[in-house]
Amino acid sequence: MNMRTALLGAAAVSAFASAAWAERGADGQVNVLYWQAPSILNPYLSSGTKDVEASSLILEGMGGFNEKGEVIARLAESVPTVENGGVSADLTQITWKLKAGLLWSDGTPVTSADAAFTWEYCKHPEGGCAQGARFEGIKSIDTPDDLTVVITFEGPKPNPYQAFVGGTSPIIQKAQFANCLGAAASTCTEQNFNPIGTGPFKVTEFKTNDTVSLEANPNYRDPAKPAFATMTLKGGGDAEAAARAVMETGEFDYAWNTQINPDMQTQMAAAGKGVFVNGFGTLVERIEMNMTDPSPDLAEGERSTIKHPHPILSDIKVRQALSMAIDRQVLVDVGYGTAGRPTCNLVPAPEMFASDNTGCIAQDMAGAGALLDEAGWTDSDGDGIRDKDGKKLSLLYQTSTNPVRQDFQALIKGWWNELGVEVELKNIDASVYFGGDAGSPDTFQKFYADVEMYANNFDGTDPEPYLAQYLCDKIPGPDNQWQGENINRFCDPAYDALVKEMSQTADIAKRGELAKKMNDMLTKDSFVVVPLVDRGRLSATSHTLGGVVLNTWDTELWNAQDWFRVK
Amino acid sequence: MLTFILRRILTAIPTLLLISLVIFFLVDLAPGSPASEIPLTVPAEVRAKILESMGVNDPVYVRYGLWLKQFVWVEPLNLFDHFFGTTFAEGQQRIISYQTRSPVFDMIVQRIPQTMTVIGTAYLIGIMIALPIGIYSAYRQYSWFDQAGTFFAMVGFSVPTFFTGVLLIVIFSVKLGWFPSIYDTTLKVEDWESFLKQARQMALPVTVLALFNAASISRYMRSSVLDNLGQDYVRTARAKGMSERTVLLGHVLRNSLIPVVTVIALGIPSIFGGAIITEQVFKVNGLGAALIGAIHANDLPMVQTLTFIFATLIVTFNLIADILYGILDPRIRYV
Amino acid sequence: MSDPLAAPTIEKPRNQWRDVWDQFTTHKGALVGMTVLGVLLAFVLLGPFLWHEETLTTTEKIMLKNKPPSARFPMGTDQLGRDFLKRMMQGGQVSIAVGLVAMMISIFLGTTVGVLAGFFRRLDGPLMRLTDLFLSLPLLPLLLVMVMLFRDALAGVLGPEFGTFMLIVTAIGITSWMQSARVVRGEVLALKEREFVLAARSIGTPPRRVILRHVLPNVISPVMVAATLNIAEAIITESALSFLGLGFPPDFPTWGRLLYDGVSYMQQYPERVMLPGLAISLTVLSVNYIGDGLRDALDPRIRGR
Repeated sequence: MNMRTALLGAAAVSAFASAAWAERGADGQVNVLYWQAPSILNPYLSSGTKDVEASSLILEGMGGFNEKGEVIARLAESVPTVENGGVSADLTQITWKLKAGLLWSDGTPVTSADAAFTWEYCKHPEGGCAQGARFEGIKSIDTPDDLTVVITFEGPKPNPYQAFVGGTSPIIQKAQFANCLGAAASTCTEQNFNPIGTGPFKVTEFKTNDTVSLEANPNYRDPAKPAFATMTLKGGGDAEAAARAVMETGEFDYAWNTQINPDMQTQMAAAGKGVFVNGFGTLVERIEMNMTDPSPDLAEGERSTIKHPHPILSDIKVRQALSMAIDRQVLVDVGYGTAGRPTCNLVPAPEMFASDNTGCIAQDMAGAGALLDEAGWTDSDGDGIRDKDGKKLSLLYQTSTNPVRQDFQALIKGWWNELGVEVELKNIDASVYFGGDAGSPDTFQKFYADVEMYANNFDGTDPEPYLAQYLCDKIPGPDNQWQGENINRFCDPAYDALVKEMSQTADIAKRGELAKKMNDMLTKDSFVVVPLVDRGRLSATSHTLGGVVLNTWDTELWNAQDWFRVK
Repeated sequence: MLTFILRRILTAIPTLLLISLVIFFLVDLAPGSPASEIPLTVPAEVRAKILESMGVNDPVYVRYGLWLKQFVWVEPLNLFDHFFGTTFAEGQQRIISYQTRSPVFDMIVQRIPQTMTVIGTAYLIGIMIALPIGIYSAYRQYSWFDQAGTFFAMVGFSVPTFFTGVLLIVIFSVKLGWFPSIYDTTLKVEDWESFLKQARQMALPVTVLALFNAASISRYMRSSVLDNLGQDYVRTARAKGMSERTVLLGHVLRNSLIPVVTVIALGIPSIFGGAIITEQVFKVNGLGAALIGAIHANDLPMVQTLTFIFATLIVTFNLIADILYGILDPRIRYV
Repeated sequence: MSDPLAAPTIEKPRNQWRDVWDQFTTHKGALVGMTVLGVLLAFVLLGPFLWHEETLTTTEKIMLKNKPPSARFPMGTDQLGRDFLKRMMQGGQVSIAVGLVAMMISIFLGTTVGVLAGFFRRLDGPLMRLTDLFLSLPLLPLLLVMVMLFRDALAGVLGPEFGTFMLIVTAIGITSWMQSARVVRGEVLALKEREFVLAARSIGTPPRRVILRHVLPNVISPVMVAATLNIAEAIITESALSFLGLGFPPDFPTWGRLLYDGVSYMQQYPERVMLPGLAISLTVLSVNYIGDGLRDALDPRIRGR
């Protein structure tokens, strides 16, 4: 049995699975649990992870990303590159060639017209396409023949693998969605709930925000796959319950994003029904320092705007001291266990973009205290709180409601208190905090606090748009309804120049260098962003489910066609 | 009586309109926006376009007017079409959820079965346990039965369902493996085997909810019976030589039901509203889960529609309670 | 309550409240309830003065996380190494205060609305429609709006902590009075037609006196039930509010919150969910028995026996 398992495992991950021993549908039923239930199976109408990942079982793009972040071919013959001539030398054009003989699950052939239509569908101004960013900068999409798709960009595109690559921008069937353009998109319930695709499965029943029932796609391009005849993708509950259903009761084979505390991870793993798999992407939990004054005494419309620099945090020494007082390893041990690791970088991966900065890992309370003394913050009245010119070193620290974040708040407050900093904590319901409602004082963009904590990442493998968020003109304020992405109100002309340079650089090594430099400017050189934890993805898989490879660069269900039952 | 009912139904219309208006503006005023569901990686321009296409940016009175028209006109027409195969509603925009981009009523219809079976059964069982316990506890006040009943009712009520639910799962699903911890909404009861399966998956959520409901109803029942046992008419009935059984079930019970009927009638709409926490713990995904999910996602059309249906049920069942008062105690008259 | 001037030989007409107190003290359950509630109050109010938590740094605490109960930590430590006994004491102060005050607000509103609606036919329609409105309002958005509109204003006037407290108890109070209002109204509708009320009215007793002397004492038992149930509900609702970030700051423990957090650790450290659960149940049980005793004591028919 061991031999067979090993063989199966090896075969499943390789692309050359032989049909001699495998047969489509031979392994019966597989149960997958997403504690956030999918609402819709059209990723162009919802960018929620749950929706994108569930759709990826049905819809596919030309290519995708593998677990290492490399581009792989899916519907395409091969991945176009400059070397093989698929990408033009001036980086303004990419040519995808579809595999010959591909069929939609309804039996009709897949053609280049479907790809061109997908672009039409997403760029329609009234459609509210959630993946608009994936198609940005495209001048035209031409289809010289049924199998060839030529994408021409408006300018050089150093990263051309955006449209039709990964679960967020699959190809949809023209025949099915032809009447769903623009404002009609939301009247197409049948299409959005039961898209016709090329993926390993097709929908038999979709209960929105509850259960997706799927069966093997009879026209899937590999006749031996998928091994499972049917799949149930159930939603609801929370991460804890999801982990329990795989690890302790064994009712489910796979549970997505089972982010639970390390104590529970150990306990559940001990039940022996499954294992946790983890992988690291670009998600970083960080503390953002407010460079502007959030004082409630200021007039509304001037709070947390560049009109008033922050009275305490404008001093780099204070920011550095606050960062030095944090023991990031303890945070990881308390909150994430194997699913996290301490980091000092805003861009922790891919390797070529990640700075080697590890200076913040070791906690240094004495050094932090010395820095604050140097900055003139001393405890002159003996009440345990440092002060300067009659003003107390007191900070308001806000974040969203989430048990791990509240534990982090408590720990960091403890360290800062020991440093002589008074800390007031505040937690806000996530739907308000991340809601961006200009009328609410509690959004993370408004930042009516001195420091705040949340996590963010970037889509795909290219950090350029992510780093460009810290441009001076992206500062949120009343004049742009608080919609900017430069949360800290960081503004440095040198940084803006680097962003500009990166947007014009095609050379991959040079881009990596620029990204590292920008990362360091935000973190170790200025301590405006204080990264805490590089958060991995943690999912639970049953011992009886084989072939699972956790992928943080694409959807987690990216290789569901290779999954099989361990007997 | 008939004029009273008619008058109440007529006054219900403006009441409901007012309620719908208040709910709509309340939900709209609440901080938060559907944008919280969009990942931070999505750029601001795309985000703005998504919101625009949902119609979030229209003025609130425009959205209210549209919703009202859809609720009282388009949706009933759709229902009519559905039953009679007509096409009156074709081409008319239905109430569309922000989350699912599909008609709100489709989702509601999809979720009624599991809500009714689980929450409804739990409520019925709860009442059936609570009434006899309440009566007997009062009849034998301060007996060990009464003391035990009080103790369990109070513990049952003060320990929230998020705790009892998880506790039952740990005991009966994890340790003993008797019942599933996750409710399968796609299960169709066709034969004996699937019926057993359905019964097993209902066991835990129904137990949690039934205990919780029974706890409060039995307390009201007990106190009401206690009050009546001290009345003169009971003494008279006993003096006339009636059996204890007749006294208790014939006279006292009927007179004690008024507060209990109120509580039960108030509870019935909440069957429809679902039990938010219990549904979440057992993944029943009924209407309660739909409502809380919609509130978190700021899915205004869904929240508004669900709460409005809920409001209609509350008004209806309170009317029924008022009618029942008159039947239980003929001295109560409405003019 | 004792009267030093009362001569032993001449029996003074007994004070009604004295009678009530005497009857109350003969109720065994009520006495037990009083004792338990007293012990709980002493635990949360005097406890912090008697039990001094060790002063440890955050890093030292982390070394001591998840410790079982011991002499050093009588209730163990939590996942961050905080002394659980200390947290139970702090949590109890908030939870008991919130439970009692919110219950009083809700009972006061509920009884007032219920009695007025049941007694005065003209008020019945509008008041009951108002009740319907409140019953159908979705709780969460309502609370979000209240917090958004009033938190900063209240914090400005009353100070951040007391302001939050008032906001929470008011929010819970005004969203939980409807059931008692409907129950009381139903009872009053029936009572109003009873002989003694008719008699009182026929001799021209003003409505206020009828309500206070004849109606209110007779609706006391459902009100008492509602009161006990409301306390439990208020304590749990408070935890839900804090959990959503609408209540007290996150480093402010309450029993409801400790219970909620404890559920995750139920299998490994059951005491962390049992202790707050037990504390809430005991509070509710003791209030329930006190309520039973009060009701019996206030009922002239029982008191006479």
